[in-house]
Amino acid sequence: MAGHDACGSIRMTAGTVAIRIRGVSHQFGEEGDVRHVRALRDTSLDIARGELLCLIGPSGCGKSTLLNVVGGLMAPTTGTVDVFDKKVAGPMPRDIAFVFQENALFPWNTVFENVNLGMVFQGVPWAEREVRAQRSLEAVGLKDFAQHYPGQLSGGMRQRAALARALSLETGILLMDEPFGALDEQTRMILGEDLSVLLSRTDKTIVFVTHSLGEATFLADRVAVFSARPGTIKEIIHVDEPHPRKPDFVTSAKFTAIRNDLYGLLHDEIRKTIADTGVAAAAGPPR
Amino acid sequence: MTPSGKERQGRLASRAVQATFLIVLLVLWYLATTRWRVSPLLLPNPVTVLNDFWDILKTGEFIGDLRVTLTELAAAFAIAATSGVIVGYLISRSPYRIRVFEPLFAGIYSIPIILFLPLYILFFGLGPASKIALGATISFFPIALSTIAGFGYVDKVFVVAARSMGASDYQLFRYVLMPAALPIILSGMRMGFTVALLSVIGSETIASLAGLGHRIVHLAEGMEIARMFAYIVFVVAIALILNTLVSALEARGKRL
Repeated sequence: MAGHDACGSIRMTAGTVAIRIRGVSHQFGEEGDVRHVRALRDTSLDIARGELLCLIGPSGCGKSTLLNVVGGLMAPTTGTVDVFDKKVAGPMPRDIAFVFQENALFPWNTVFENVNLGMVFQGVPWAEREVRAQRSLEAVGLKDFAQHYPGQLSGGMRQRAALARALSLETGILLMDEPFGALDEQTRMILGEDLSVLLSRTDKTIVFVTHSLGEATFLADRVAVFSARPGTIKEIIHVDEPHPRKPDFVTSAKFTAIRNDLYGLLHDEIRKTIADTGVAAAAGPPR
Repeated sequence: MTPSGKERQGRLASRAVQATFLIVLLVLWYLATTRWRVSPLLLPNPVTVLNDFWDILKTGEFIGDLRVTLTELAAAFAIAATSGVIVGYLISRSPYRIRVFEPLFAGIYSIPIILFLPLYILFFGLGPASKIALGATISFFPIALSTIAGFGYVDKVFVVAARSMGASDYQLFRYVLMPAALPIILSGMRMGFTVALLSVIGSETIASLAGLGHRIVHLAEGMEIARMFAYIVFVVAIALILNTLVSALEARGKRL
């Protein structure tokens, strides 16, 4: 059975913490404004080096907002985030790489050019880029598709390419915002398995936003469950299972127990979201 | 991607229909002037027109007028392209400016600006200057509008992705905004070129001292109808060549 604890009670020794989130709140628009949305309220969390943390919660609970705040793409209204003991005040391309939901590859560049361009932006020397691009494309199984354009690939392959681009940046932290959200269930499962294998070979710290209970259980070391908007972390579930995870983990009693736990925690919050905002909740907050 | 056999067949068939249509039109024209006795003052014999056309080409008498028209066109397009891209880019940088200027430009673009030709002639005279100014005005709008569309509506996720990987302002422009906007701007430039050509020749036919449009009206007034038709054929050929050239340049630019 998975262990529970409140998010505030996690204690880690200095140096093992990759991401330190303290009292982060965020709101869109000014108070009194029609478009004013309180997306995230007073959230604190430590994420350990090498850990894979999943954020899960109802639509509009602020999990993507938290990811963007951690990555320096949004400034929080209050609170601070430290990454490797540096305060986050903007994008940190040397430390943090993103994988977005979809279509974040440049359609006018080939897969290889996309991977290469990321390293150009990051400032990797020319001689090193070729080797790194090849290596990361090989790692995601796209070596033979380097000269294809994103439009010529399936959705799953495009997300592999986006992952290769992020891996080639060799950052300590990977932030993934529903990376497999637009894919079908089967493709998603295979990509999840491959990701677990891939990550067991690195010591990357990963924050992974998802809607899927199964995906969260399968991938995460810990799952942070969000409450309804304005969201904060309601509960943290540990998944005590070494990486790489085997496909038969999915059918184990442990998997089912954790998944059921998550379902129980989420169910009430999703009901609350729908009761609060009606059908409009489906639209989510401005992203 | 190469077209499949079936696609190519379909395209050949439609080409054949197009060719047949033109040939039928020519035959009707010929019959009208021979068998049905339409007055040569209204419709000259196509053979006479063809002879006049060869004569124009052989003597090279077209060169002076062609030079005037092409110079006006080049100047008008150069002014419109430069100012359209610069103004469009500046507008595209702010959502507020897009909200203000895009509907305004689209509105102005939809009125027949050629109505202002008398005003332009008062300001710039009967010579090339008024044709250049009018052509530049008319072709400015499609170019500016497409530049706004090109730069103003780049998918935000591309910008965010580039920024998250550390792209500088220059890199963002060079590797993200430019390639995203270029195809749309090039389409706008092709449209701008077409309307510049129309307005230059059109305004030459209304009030001018030289140019191909001027020549056509001059011949009409002198009742040299066959030669006028020959010049019309000449202008159509020039327009076809120019538009093909511009479309080829556009396709080439989009592949960059």
